[in-house]
Amino acid sequence: MPDPIYIALIPLLPLAAFVLLGLFGRKYFKNASGVIATVLLFASTVLAFYTAYGYFFDFGKVNGIYEKVVPLTITWLEFSKGVSIDMGIVLDPISVMMLVVVTFVSLMVHIYSLAYMKGEERFATYYSFLGLFTFSMLALVISSNIFQMYIFWELVGISSFLLIGFCYDKPSAVAACKKAFIVTRFADLGFLIGILVLSFYAGTLDFNTLIQRLTLPGSEELDTALASSFIGISALTWGMVLVFIGAAGKSAMFPLHIWLPDAMEGPTPVSALIHAATMVVAGVYLVARLFPVFAISAPEALQLVAYVGTLSALIAAIIACTQTDIKRVLAFSTMSQIGYMMFALGVSKYGGEDGLGYTASMFHLFTHAMFKALLFLGAGAVIHFIHSNEMKDMGGLRKQLPVTHITFLIACLAISGVPPFSGFFSKEEILLAAWQQNKLIYWIALFTSGLTAFYMFRLYFRIFWNNTNNAHAEHHGEGGFAILLPMILLAIGAAAAGFIPFGNFVTTDGTAIESHFDLAFSASPVALGLAGIIAAMWLYKKQNERPGKLAASLGGLYKLAVHKFYIDEIYLFITKKIVFNLIGRPAAWFDRNVVDGIVNLTGNVTLVISGGIKKFQSGKVQQYAVYFLTGVILLAVLFIYVFR
Amino acid sequence: MMQPGLYHILFISALLFFIGVYGFFTRRNLITILMSVELILNSVNLNFIAFNKYLWADKSDGLFFTIFIIAIAAAEAAVAIAIIINLYRSHHSIEVESAEEMKY
Repeated sequence: MPDPIYIALIPLLPLAAFVLLGLFGRKYFKNASGVIATVLLFASTVLAFYTAYGYFFDFGKVNGIYEKVVPLTITWLEFSKGVSIDMGIVLDPISVMMLVVVTFVSLMVHIYSLAYMKGEERFATYYSFLGLFTFSMLALVISSNIFQMYIFWELVGISSFLLIGFCYDKPSAVAACKKAFIVTRFADLGFLIGILVLSFYAGTLDFNTLIQRLTLPGSEELDTALASSFIGISALTWGMVLVFIGAAGKSAMFPLHIWLPDAMEGPTPVSALIHAATMVVAGVYLVARLFPVFAISAPEALQLVAYVGTLSALIAAIIACTQTDIKRVLAFSTMSQIGYMMFALGVSKYGGEDGLGYTASMFHLFTHAMFKALLFLGAGAVIHFIHSNEMKDMGGLRKQLPVTHITFLIACLAISGVPPFSGFFSKEEILLAAWQQNKLIYWIALFTSGLTAFYMFRLYFRIFWNNTNNAHAEHHGEGGFAILLPMILLAIGAAAAGFIPFGNFVTTDGTAIESHFDLAFSASPVALGLAGIIAAMWLYKKQNERPGKLAASLGGLYKLAVHKFYIDEIYLFITKKIVFNLIGRPAAWFDRNVVDGIVNLTGNVTLVISGGIKKFQSGKVQQYAVYFLTGVILLAVLFIYVFR
Repeated sequence: MMQPGLYHILFISALLFFIGVYGFFTRRNLITILMSVELILNSVNLNFIAFNKYLWADKSDGLFFTIFIIAIAAAEAAVAIAIIINLYRSHHSIEVESAEEMKY
């Protein structure tokens, strides 16, 4: 058993940074705050790597199987005997992997931000928010209790809100952070109801017990959960679908993805950390965490996961081909890649070789965190240099930004699935899993992987090749060590992470599976990827008329994709036209006229009556005396003639 | 010579009382109003004395009540005059109509 203290320190050190910088940062550590946060996070990263080493090579493996290790549980809120909310730490392959990913990417972003956010008025606040986010994300991944996870789930939501809206004097950023918060919060409602449904049937909130009870065939809890149904679907499936809605909201799955592109209003390192590498994969992580229940007891819900993932991957890839804001391209690419992870989970089964999709999904999560964080940091360097997010302001930057160019190229190759970069291995596994289980999903995924290569290299060629008419020549350099070091480290990760034998470490049931590569099988995705790259090169390497002509020839489809399939407009239509008009306005009318009417009526009646009565209080002393005398005489008469 | 009976005294007392009430209602000058109040009080005193003398001649309760009322009337007059003086200082008038601010 590992010592729980140092594992608890992994999330607590960023929390310390948050508290320290949040309370005193602006006053006392105006310039040192970045270094303080980075040092604390570095310690946390070291501990995370140490934990990972210990788990995978020392205490985690029992008889060849990676067990769940629970070094710490504290009863936090006890409602009654047996029903309590615990705070705990669970170590299993995916949580340990997430610890490594989150701390590493967060550390890279901390270092990068030292230079990127330099001179920012609220520098300390920025770092304290990063600390809050890192703390909540780390605590989320090691949650041993579904309610604990929910708490930190909301905390990452609020830190995302704070960081998207970091430049709160920009109206677009304010709108974006509100949108992100509302959409994810709306989805979280599903998650909460899902938690309640699951815990009601399982009688526990603890992950291990819950999974155990809901997957054991013939157990009492499972039978009741399967027997009770609503609209012909079992309560368990409903619970899992509701949980998945929460996951889809956080992971920007169609149709709850609308907040992610707008979230790019936040500072670029934040996009790299939260909206590419860590927070948005929390949904995938949640599905993976409850995967045994999905796979064994609620396969219909898992089907939904698979198809939503596939659809999101495809739609996002199509939209990404047409966007001109480089960060938005990356946002849609993120959504597409998360779609990959989702459907990889969706096509997976529990146990043994059939669990390949699960392994592949986690593998892709890992590699994606590397190359997508790198892409965002690269984009940040470009934006820092150009002061614009728009592709049309860029071009020919390969001479001015050599390191960014090379690292960005590595990331593009990785995401496009070109061997031997990391994305190739993880994507290959995903495609293989899809091929084994569901051919339809496989073909869509294959097509999407071609699109991925196309839009990534469109981005690459538009930024670093194409025309060089930009007027930003030579006014400042590429950025200092703090900008370049994280990119180089992440580039090494993006290039080499594929060689990690993931099947040995992360599987559905903890036993190692062999990941094998069939040359014939990987030929088609790689060929399609290369075709995408060549197409992008043909269209965008030199400035020419071809992209315009192509767009014109695609006509309606192109327009549809540029406008992101009008999904935002559909939402606006539903909310503004339907919800506001059919529910909001009548409710407002009822409130204004009926509810307020009753209140006003009471007030007015009182007013009229008191208007009559108040005349008595005239201020004339002698009038009062008359009333008084009249009263006395009346009383006298009363006592003499009536009550005698 | 005819001795005055209880009813004679009560008649005078009632007369005094209603003169006081009339004065209280109709006068505009606060000092006169105060005097009317004193008339009313004294009519009450007269009542007490009369009842004491004619009904319970062996007791002196009514007498004591009267003495108390006289004392209180003196105090009340002092207070009332103090109020009137203050009113005069602020309003430059002791007409009762000039002090009508205390209303709705």
